[in-house]
Amino acid sequence: MELLRHIIFWLFAVLTVGSAVVVVFHPRVIYSAFALLFTFFGVAGLYVFLSADFLAAAQILIYVGGILTLIIFGVFLTAKITTLDIPHQTHQRYVALVPIVMIAAGLFTVVKNTVWPTAPLPHHPTTQVIGELLLTKYLVPFELASILLLAALIGAMRLARYYRKRED
Amino acid sequence: MNSLLVYLTISIVLFVLGLLAMMTRKNAVSVLMGIELILNSAGLNFVAFSRFSTGNLNGQTAAVFVIIVAAAEAAVALAIFLNLYRLKATAEVDQADELRG
Repeated sequence: MELLRHIIFWLFAVLTVGSAVVVVFHPRVIYSAFALLFTFFGVAGLYVFLSADFLAAAQILIYVGGILTLIIFGVFLTAKITTLDIPHQTHQRYVALVPIVMIAAGLFTVVKNTVWPTAPLPHHPTTQVIGELLLTKYLVPFELASILLLAALIGAMRLARYYRKRED
Repeated sequence: MNSLLVYLTISIVLFVLGLLAMMTRKNAVSVLMGIELILNSAGLNFVAFSRFSTGNLNGQTAAVFVIIVAAAEAAVALAIFLNLYRLKATAEVDQADELRG
C-alpha cells in the first residue's frame, strides 16, 4: 500500500515536470497548451497528496476548465487558423539558460540548507476550515478578490470587444 | 521520501521552467503560459508549507487567492493580446515596441 502510494506520487511528479518541459520547449503552441493541461492535472494530484482536497478540486475546475480554455481560445484568436501548426519559436535559448541555471542552483541550495520548522498537518477535510478562514481572518482579502474579479471581468470585456468604425 | 524537500524541488523546477518560457518565447500566449507555470509553483509552495511546516490552513487559503489572481490576470492578458493582434496582425511581444525610446 505504501509502495503503491509512492509509485502514484512519483507518477504525478514526473507528469507535472515532464509536461512543463513540453510546455517550454515544444515548437508548436497548441501542443504547449495541451501539455499545460497535464501540468495542471499533475499539480492537482500533488495537492491531493498534500491533503488539500478543496484546492485540488478548485485547481481542476478553475485552471483546466477556465484558464486553459481561455488560453486555447487565445491561441486560436491570435493566429491565422489554417492548420494546428502554429509555430512559436524560442530565441536566445542558450543565453537564457545561464541565469536560469544560476537561479535554480541558488534556490535549491537555499531550500536544501534551510532547516524548515515541521508541524505536519493531519489528513482532514479542508473545505470547512478554508471557508471559515475566508469569512473570518481573510474577510478583507476575500472581498478585495471579488472586486478584483469584477474589475477584471468588466475590463476584459471592454478591451476585447470589437468596435466597428462608425459610417457617418 | 514524501517530504517537504521533494515538493519544494518540484516547485523550483516549475518556477525555473516558467521563467525560461517567459525569457525565450516570442508569442505572447506562450509567455502567459510561463506565468501560469510560475503561479502554479507558488501555489504548490504555499500548500506544501501549509502541510509540513505550519500545521494550519493559512497557506492553503493563500493558494486560493493565487488561483483567483491567476484567473483575473489570464482574462485581462488575453484581452490585451487580442487587441495587439488586431493592431499588428501578430501576437509576438517584441513587435509591440512603440514605446521604445
